[in-house]
Amino acid sequence: MQSAVDFARSDMSPKIRRRAQRRVAPWIVAAAVSASLLALVPLAFIIWIAVQTGWETVSALVFRPRVGELLVNTGLLVLLAVPIAIALSVTLAWLTERSDLPGARLWAWLCVAPLAIPAFVHSYAWITIVPGLHGLWAGVLVSVIAYFPFLYLPVSAALRRLDPALEDAAAALGLGPWRVFWRVVLPQLRLAICGGSLLVGLHLLAEYGLYVFIRFDTFTTAIVDQFQSTFNGPAANMLAGVLVTCCFVLLGLEVLVRGEERYARVGSGAARHQQRVSLGRATLPSLLLFVLTTLLALGVPFVTIGRWLAAGGADVWRVDEIGLALGQTLFLSLAGALLATVAAMPMAWISIRAPGPLQRLLEGCNYIVGSLPGVVIALALVTITVRIALPLYQTLFTILVAYALMFLPRALVSLRASIAQAPVELERAASSLGRRPLNALWSTTIRLSAPGAAAGMALVALGIMNELTATQMLAPNGTRTLAMAFWSYSGEIDYASAAPYAFIMVAMSLPLTWLLYVQSKRMAGR
Amino acid sequence: MSFLELGNLHKHYGPVAALAGVDLNVASGSRTAIVGPSGCGKTTLLRLIAGFEAPDQGRIVLDGQVLANGGAAVPAHRRGIGVVAQDGALFPHLTISDNIGFGVRRDDDKRAERIVELAYIVGLDKAILKRRPHELSGGQQQRVALARAMAMKPRLMLLDEPFSALDTGLRASMRKAVAELLEAAGITTILVTHDQAEALSFASQVAVMRDGKFSQVGTPRELYLKPKDRMIAEFLGDAIILPASISGGFASSPLGRIAVDTSDSRDVARIMLRPEQIGLKRTSREGMSGTPDMLFGEVTESEFAGSTCTIAVRLLNNADPPDAAAIGGTPLILRKSGMDAPSVGEIVRLTVSGKAHVFA
Repeated sequence: MQSAVDFARSDMSPKIRRRAQRRVAPWIVAAAVSASLLALVPLAFIIWIAVQTGWETVSALVFRPRVGELLVNTGLLVLLAVPIAIALSVTLAWLTERSDLPGARLWAWLCVAPLAIPAFVHSYAWITIVPGLHGLWAGVLVSVIAYFPFLYLPVSAALRRLDPALEDAAAALGLGPWRVFWRVVLPQLRLAICGGSLLVGLHLLAEYGLYVFIRFDTFTTAIVDQFQSTFNGPAANMLAGVLVTCCFVLLGLEVLVRGEERYARVGSGAARHQQRVSLGRATLPSLLLFVLTTLLALGVPFVTIGRWLAAGGADVWRVDEIGLALGQTLFLSLAGALLATVAAMPMAWISIRAPGPLQRLLEGCNYIVGSLPGVVIALALVTITVRIALPLYQTLFTILVAYALMFLPRALVSLRASIAQAPVELERAASSLGRRPLNALWSTTIRLSAPGAAAGMALVALGIMNELTATQMLAPNGTRTLAMAFWSYSGEIDYASAAPYAFIMVAMSLPLTWLLYVQSKRMAGR
Repeated sequence: MSFLELGNLHKHYGPVAALAGVDLNVASGSRTAIVGPSGCGKTTLLRLIAGFEAPDQGRIVLDGQVLANGGAAVPAHRRGIGVVAQDGALFPHLTISDNIGFGVRRDDDKRAERIVELAYIVGLDKAILKRRPHELSGGQQQRVALARAMAMKPRLMLLDEPFSALDTGLRASMRKAVAELLEAAGITTILVTHDQAEALSFASQVAVMRDGKFSQVGTPRELYLKPKDRMIAEFLGDAIILPASISGGFASSPLGRIAVDTSDSRDVARIMLRPEQIGLKRTSREGMSGTPDMLFGEVTESEFAGSTCTIAVRLLNNADPPDAAAIGGTPLILRKSGMDAPSVGEIVRLTVSGKAHVFA
């Protein structure tokens, strides 16, 4: 279907194609452009402040031992955690997708489930069990455990999609199983590994709570410290500038490593069903690997939360306080998700119906801003509101804008995929059957893309629910979300009182994680 | 002395028997085509020979070496058997040059030289070597796949419907080119296809497969003119099947007295003619009178399709068949040259050339 549409498009003369593009209503283009411009504001502000501060102050703030120390810390963290996460995810994904591992489906779901646990809750669980845990290796351990599913998901989806005929061809050309894996399977996973690694790397740069628990300093923790001591002084802003540069380095690296190659299968016809490799004597060690991973990534947090809940008894369930936090969290999550989805809609529509250079540029802007750490966006919005529009400082409006900026890419990805499933031919058919344009759009594209949009909203809501840094910096006075309440209790070392909040966050995230898992399966065509 | 021997191969997928006892002998340097409707098990057979799967039961012997015996099987990468898959299965992450050289050791001094040579042999331009698979047309991709498989000098080449993704015109020329190329290289070849014309024109030995078994194995001519049963006859081409009684090398049938390929005598038999054995000559109603031993018909339908024209002829008289009612009003469907095909309503005289085949 898709290829037929592409073919039809490529067959059109340039003139017709231009007309087809011009069919996009100007207000949609205007909406998409303004959403992207708004997204660029935080970035522009960081640059503007750097320029305003003057080179001497900037260099004094940036080129000092403290920054070097943070750079080494953050760099080592990424350089150690990402390769370990890659090795772990590829192994787990191969075992669940391509071997006859007993209970593969259950293990696959258990490999995604750690995403339901906010990273700082992972850290809280570990610090409870091993109070002395701190430093680089602790950071690497907890980071890998908290974030490896971001690699596992795309890698397992890519493995499922691989055409087994390629592996057969390599075997027929005289390659043994291991060499087939290295020379044929692994290169085809490159895109998935690159994308997943980028995601993990960006999360490592952006994470705050996780590293505070284990007393490991990264740029993000340093920026928050700086913000708490000197508010939005130039020092915090300059650190943010360096952090943004780190993000850009990661983005650039990913583009470089990913390359221009195409990895889709060449040729037509349905791919043959993949055969599962018999593990034989390796079954037991493989199962042990899964048991160990599940114990570390799910067992530790669940046991810890359970233990604190048991220790705290009924006293820690302060119903009015928890109810209020839950209500505020749900409100912020839903409102933020709605705003992000609405803001993403024009862009998603243009990128499917009228792709072109403008759309690619706009989309690029949004992805870059979406990859910025929450602390950077929050700091920029604090600076902007305080300097330019003080009445907006710490208002509902500002925090929702921050959420929309941070999570727009999540909404965009889901929306795009779902709009792509509603071919424009259906819209045209509805028009030819006498529906007015808006009515035709409503009864075809919007109806068909609604489930995908809802899934995207759910994922944005999940992100907002577990967001801590930006919420702390931007939310109106008196706001106390689940994450904030958890954070303040655990900051006072009242781990028992923090446990109910952790429990609720995990319980509400689990169904959404299931959604993520199902979506990744569907994207792989099963 | 056969080069490849398959003995009583069985393969089950759950309760479904994909192969139910396959035997085949392939001579060295020959070309064999395995043909059958989709789902008959031919691709499974190819996968067993290639070593991608192991048979449940049976033997595969190549050039005196046992490749599979019951469940024990030599893995694919130690067999030295080349495979060209339906869509080429080129590695999308490698250039054409690296695709062709995939099976050649990388420390081989002559690797680059060999790649160029292979590209030349399969008729690929040298400039293409730096490109990626998706930049090539379907026919070029197939050539690359063939060169890649030939690079490791296989003892046996397996072609799994390699031409089915190509356009009609390209398909015929590719088939001819591949046949000549493999012949020149002296590589024994097995082709799997569901296209009977492809099987008949490509191979020196054709095996018709149905329900996991070979129903007939022989030369293309033998299979086409002397199929074992009606299903094979109709699978390999259009067939006219008539009731007849035979004696003394002749059959008396609704089409009159026809020479047959057996000297048996039988009162009730079925004979088969290929439509191209029936000739038509234009005449008129007046021309019919006074010639009782000649056969006439009227053209009732005509469908023009360019080079050919399919016409339906209803018999106007018949020479006293054993059970004329069986054929009665059913018209004969014939495919004639589009140039001078008779049109609807015309009267034609029918003649039969060659011998009819009698089903056992």
